[in-house]
Amino acid sequence: MTVNQISIFLENKYGKLNELLTLLSKENIRIIAATVADTTEFGILRMIVSDAQKAHQLLKDNNVSVNLTEVLAIAAQPAADGFADILSHFTKAGLSIEYMYCFSSKEKSVLILRTNNRESALEVIRKQNLKCITENDLMNL
Amino acid sequence: MIEYWQKELETISRKDLEKLQLTRLWQTMERAEKSSFYQKVFAEYNISADKIQSLEDLKKLPFTTKDDLRNYYPFGMAAIPLKDCVRLHSSSGTTGNPTVVLHSAKDLDEWANQVARCMYMVGIRDTDIFQNTSGYGMFTGGLGFQYGAEKLGCLTVPSAAGNSKRQIKFITDFGTTCLHIIPSYAIRLAEVMLAEGIDPQRDTKLHTFCIGAEPHSEEQRQRIERMLGIKAYNCFGMSEMNGPGVAFECKEQNGLHIWEDYTIVEIIDPVTLEPVPDGEVGELVLTTINREAMPLIRYRTRDLTCILPGECKCGRTHKRIARFKGRSDDMIILKGVNIFPIQVEEILMQFKELGSNYLITMGTIDNNDEMLIEVELGDFSTDDYSRLQNLTRTITRHLKDELLITPRLKLVSKGSLPVQEGKVVRVVDLRVNS
Ligand SMILES: [Zn+2]
Repeated sequence: MTVNQISIFLENKYGKLNELLTLLSKENIRIIAATVADTTEFGILRMIVSDAQKAHQLLKDNNVSVNLTEVLAIAAQPAADGFADILSHFTKAGLSIEYMYCFSSKEKSVLILRTNNRESALEVIRKQNLKCITENDLMNL
Repeated sequence: MIEYWQKELETISRKDLEKLQLTRLWQTMERAEKSSFYQKVFAEYNISADKIQSLEDLKKLPFTTKDDLRNYYPFGMAAIPLKDCVRLHSSSGTTGNPTVVLHSAKDLDEWANQVARCMYMVGIRDTDIFQNTSGYGMFTGGLGFQYGAEKLGCLTVPSAAGNSKRQIKFITDFGTTCLHIIPSYAIRLAEVMLAEGIDPQRDTKLHTFCIGAEPHSEEQRQRIERMLGIKAYNCFGMSEMNGPGVAFECKEQNGLHIWEDYTIVEIIDPVTLEPVPDGEVGELVLTTINREAMPLIRYRTRDLTCILPGECKCGRTHKRIARFKGRSDDMIILKGVNIFPIQVEEILMQFKELGSNYLITMGTIDNNDEMLIEVELGDFSTDDYSRLQNLTRTITRHLKDELLITPRLKLVSKGSLPVQEGKVVRVVDLRVNS
């Protein structure tokens, strides 16, 4: 029900991001979604890629500190109220959203989410019968 | 039961020890006056042995520095005629003149006794086979340990430095039990043994290592002990103070006893030059009181350490100094506070999220002097921004508690700080008035 997200500590140095992306593209790893949370000091690059395990190993081998995190990937209607519906299920269950971002491909929109409680979040997904994206789906996107 | 090489001297009461020190200080000053250097210094400061009433008066004497030794190269420090000297050791100077230390026959005998006392203290006996992997020649770790081990009565194997396979062959063929070795080389030797299919515990008789001549951490010592199934003891020496044997750990492995019948030890604040209380870090200052050919008075070693307060369980009354904490040349003064890079390092190393590379930059921002510490993360990353902020805050708080000023801490990604060959640059000073 979850997918692996790659998180990388980023300093605000020009060129660093570029370097990482080149590394991944050389190994034919596609970036499906990416977001950078940053301040003046440092940032975190969060990414959903076509092969998270391979990307993780590749970055590690290249001396990059990298972290794999399980996040929820939920299919949604590509309209704003589609996202709002999904989010409301979680907030009603008393969960807080630590971060979210989304991406679209063809007709499909996907919401990437991390809540403060993994088990309760999975419970919400089961109860509300939400459609999750798997690692396999990602490879075929 | 604890055995001593010289029970009376090693367990002498503090009162008697201080009396002995004072007598020897007088003798030292009388001898020193015959050298061209101290003749000049004593005249300049208008001092002589009769003006010293107690050890407290030592403070009236000026310091001797490495530069003095360089300026009076080669024989300006000699207190006896060269015909009465039997050996000299010279350290290669990377800048300017090298330094020279001269020895009379009695000096060499005393030095050997000092080293023998150290070795005996860690359990080495005349039944042991002692292999010395130091370089010989001018490097004092070679002949210093050689004569000490012979004085103790060990069968000595002067294998000298290098050639690990040959070292290991000696160890197994001769049944070597004790080694004098540089810590990094001890680890290398253990690795070669394992690669050669030799189990140090099963296939050798090794039980005691004397390690020194380069700074090493407690973790490194324990690693050596584990890898080889031996006990490793930290030894301290410096060429200006003969070489090895100045201070040595006893079996408690908690600080190094510094032989106070040979040297008077002081710890000073490198800025104010005033003594600091026991337990506080400062620069080690040593006065030789049992050397004929070349006495040194209040010699500034530039090494930072502290006196460990309290008595040692081994019964020896000679003071203990802590593992070295760096060089006083590295000291930073910020907002009137003395800071040693090692203090920063010790804090940073407590956080497993951090790597081992860091850089301290001193700069002036809005007329204020500030300290920026950049530290690389280790194999740590997170998707959680608040964890990074919390980590930054926690480290900063620990640094503030230790340094008494608040540095600006910046986490940087692994491999992003410059890596230098050789001596690592840890401090960059960009302050306007420095
Ligand atoms: Zn002791």
